[in-house]
Amino acid sequence: MTSDLFRDRRVVAGLLSEIAAAAASSSPPVRLMEVCGTHTMTIHRHGLKDLLAQAGVEMISGPGCPVCITPDGFHEAAIRLVTERENLILATFGDMTRVPTRLGSLQAAVPAPGSAVKIVYSPEEALTLARLNPVKDIVFFGAGFETTIPAIVLTAGRAQAEGLKNIAVLTAFWTIPPPLRAIVSSGEIRISGFLYPGHVSAIIGLEPYAFVAREFGLPGAVAGFEPGDILLGVRSVVEQIRAKKPAVVNAYPRVVRPEGNPAAREVMNRFLEPYDALWRGLGRIPASGLRFKPAHAAVDAAVKYALRPAEDASDSPGCRCGEILRGVISPPQCRLFSRSCRPESPRGPCMVSFEGACYVHHKYRGSSPAQRRSRKSHG
Amino acid sequence: MCLAIPVRVVEIDASGDAGKVDYLGTKIGANFALIRDVRVGDWVIVHAGFAISRLDEAEARETLALLRDVQDAGRS
Ligand code: SF4
Repeated sequence: MTSDLFRDRRVVAGLLSEIAAAAASSSPPVRLMEVCGTHTMTIHRHGLKDLLAQAGVEMISGPGCPVCITPDGFHEAAIRLVTERENLILATFGDMTRVPTRLGSLQAAVPAPGSAVKIVYSPEEALTLARLNPVKDIVFFGAGFETTIPAIVLTAGRAQAEGLKNIAVLTAFWTIPPPLRAIVSSGEIRISGFLYPGHVSAIIGLEPYAFVAREFGLPGAVAGFEPGDILLGVRSVVEQIRAKKPAVVNAYPRVVRPEGNPAAREVMNRFLEPYDALWRGLGRIPASGLRFKPAHAAVDAAVKYALRPAEDASDSPGCRCGEILRGVISPPQCRLFSRSCRPESPRGPCMVSFEGACYVHHKYRGSSPAQRRSRKSHG
Repeated sequence: MCLAIPVRVVEIDASGDAGKVDYLGTKIGANFALIRDVRVGDWVIVHAGFAISRLDEAEARETLALLRDVQDAGRS
């Protein structure tokens, strides 16, 4: 069920010319925000950024990287846990360990006796750690959007059901629709529409985006992750602009149902409640974060260890990650970009995460896929 | 951490909530608790070890037909 058609050159060229035709009639020029970090990656990896620019559509990146939008206070709380408490295993996804803070990074932290940082690929691995290490405390440091959150809370629920008392979750859970409202209503940047994230939408469905079209008159489309998917999504948005009919169009119907995934949402509703969360770069946004309900305090690391993530932590000096997450600047406009800030020596989370705009720009900078291929083949 | 491509279900255990998917020829574990009535042979999207959506084959065929039309238009 994967097909070369999604990457076929004639398909890409055909969609681009349709996009160019629709975009030509738009004034001012079309500027779309891709909300999802994985979209940012696809767009750059396949050279679509430049091709779309030639077709009259400017793509800008938004707040779609969970590692990036998690403020330093959370990362510092995790570092404190593993450096100050003995016999504690802090399990987390790999890129979370490399975010630089005032306390250094998790990767460079010196754990307390018997403690360790462990990289996992799935929250279930943290559950396995808890079963295998009954004398240690396991904390899963989970950052994510609606795509990842159900997996993490379901795992926490399993731990509770099994009566495991040595595992808790440090939640950095973010929901996608509220920052879109924050970005649009701030008026800080001009956007003509949105490319909505494919896999977040597989969980939340289409309705949560309806306000963008209804209240702000901005079109949008949910898109998948192949080049053809991205272009189908962009084509839908420029057609909505031309027709002056803003809506929420599902351009990824093979994976996204209009109603999303009710079972996954039920899991989230059972365990979690919304709160006014602080985002890097975007500040405090009403009902934009999720945390455990008091009934599930036993698996809530914030309660278990009385953690209060510091709110005064700002980006490291010179780092403009916050402006990048709001779409105000693009990575090359940061003076540290690709100079002192590089993937091997990141100065901010946007250069750490594989979905971070700075990392993606650095990795694929100034080259089309064809140029990269020929560079590789010439050594 | 995110396999954006669909993978095929190759094994389901007795509980129905866990099993294996084929990822580029390798069998890897996956949890199916978030999708209903999964069957061997289904295509699913796996994220952080959990299947979050099942691929709808009729919709997939329709999207491919759409792309084929674009391809044919480019051939003329
Ligand atoms: S290039 Fe580095 S320092 Fe500049 S904004 Fe990005 S992460 Fe921050």
